[in-house]
Amino acid sequence: MLETFNFRVILEYLPLYWKCLLATLWLSGAGLLGALVVGVVACAMRISRSKLVSKGAGIYIESIRSTPLLAQLYFFYFGLPSLGIPMSEEATGVLALTLNSGAYMAEILRAGVQSISYGQIEAAMSSGLSYLQRMRHIVLPQAVGVTLPPLLGQAIVLFKDSALLSLISIMELTRAGQIMTSERFMPAEGFLTTAVFYLLIYYVLKGISGWTQKRLIFREAR
Amino acid sequence: MDSEASDFPRGALRPRRKNMLSIHFTQLMQTLPFFLKGLWGTIAISGLSLLAGTLVGLIMGIIRASRYKILRMVIGAWVDLIRGTPFLVQIFIVFFILPEVGIQLEAFPAAVIALSNLSACFICEIIAGGILAIPSGQREAATASGLSSYQQLRYVILPQALRLILPPLVGQYVLLIKDSSVVSAIGVLDVTRVGWLTVQRVPEGLLVFGLVGVLYFVICYPLIQLSNSLEKRLTVVTTRL
Repeated sequence: MLETFNFRVILEYLPLYWKCLLATLWLSGAGLLGALVVGVVACAMRISRSKLVSKGAGIYIESIRSTPLLAQLYFFYFGLPSLGIPMSEEATGVLALTLNSGAYMAEILRAGVQSISYGQIEAAMSSGLSYLQRMRHIVLPQAVGVTLPPLLGQAIVLFKDSALLSLISIMELTRAGQIMTSERFMPAEGFLTTAVFYLLIYYVLKGISGWTQKRLIFREAR
Repeated sequence: MDSEASDFPRGALRPRRKNMLSIHFTQLMQTLPFFLKGLWGTIAISGLSLLAGTLVGLIMGIIRASRYKILRMVIGAWVDLIRGTPFLVQIFIVFFILPEVGIQLEAFPAAVIALSNLSACFICEIIAGGILAIPSGQREAATASGLSSYQQLRYVILPQALRLILPPLVGQYVLLIKDSSVVSAIGVLDVTRVGWLTVQRVPEGLLVFGLVGVLYFVICYPLIQLSNSLEKRLTVVTTRL
């Protein structure tokens, strides 16, 4: 295989890969932003005192966590048109990524909020801090340390999951490999190049994650 | 379906749609045996990969937590490669590229190999983490008592590490079952594949993939609950000690 490995074809397809890399980045970036918003809202609903609201968010989170992303993706892809809601493939893909990661982020945020013992908040209250002050100086600094590492981990998962969008014929990195396979019948060149691009992004994200973790430990030590 | 929806206002469409929905529902109920076949496919693939992945992952994890530096680095690099690429790409590599080096594989064994490898890598990290979390004094005490390194692992380290390993391990099994849906991309007949085939004939995506979701939920939800309760029970033990 290696002696017939065709680097010239890879060079020829490099512009396509570049375009697809950007597509992967923006699709997962949009999904990440959406997931953060959904996650914050779902987390707030989950810990709300109203039983109904909390149950609703619980059903959303559990049903997302117990089913695969691919099934959710197909659910929206085949389901929304039959409801009479026309959506582009890209919008469907970002929607599925958003709702999927949003549920996991809600759980991460909830764990972060609940990791702060109620005594801290009581102490802040009796020191006469307002709600905003309590959030700003007591709750959030501690919660960020607990939630940031798993949130970054979820971001890495989200970006890898975006590969599934190729199955509903969205142009992104994995799709580029498929195109190269079908046009030139060169699966080795196609999919290995795809894998290299994913690895590049993975190592960058992992580096960022490691760096923030070091910073967090440093701040705690101070 | 799409053009139909944009040509008519939604209200005008509704009575007919309701009728179609019931027809599609009976159609879907007729394909239920097909779905059960898919369910069997999902269970077979995840079961086989779970066994193989746990076994290989255990061995890899023990080596990863040992003092053999080169072996540790090789496994670490491999785990990073697997964790850094999407499972879909891995399965395409196994299915399309291995034949080029002369290993001809059917879709099913290719799926099992890719999925076992993926879960072995994640399980390796869980097991290595559990072993390394045991204080080194335990190992030193075991050495001082004259236990061989196998005995240390078997009677001192692993029983304690199990408490840390078990909850994430069950969580990993849930991920494995969910990841098994991706193998439908190379045509393995699992629940997702059955849903995809059915939706071509019964154009009611919400119903079809709703059913697919329910089937996955029935398997995964109890496992998630098990993982949660294990975590709670085992941490209680920790605080009591």
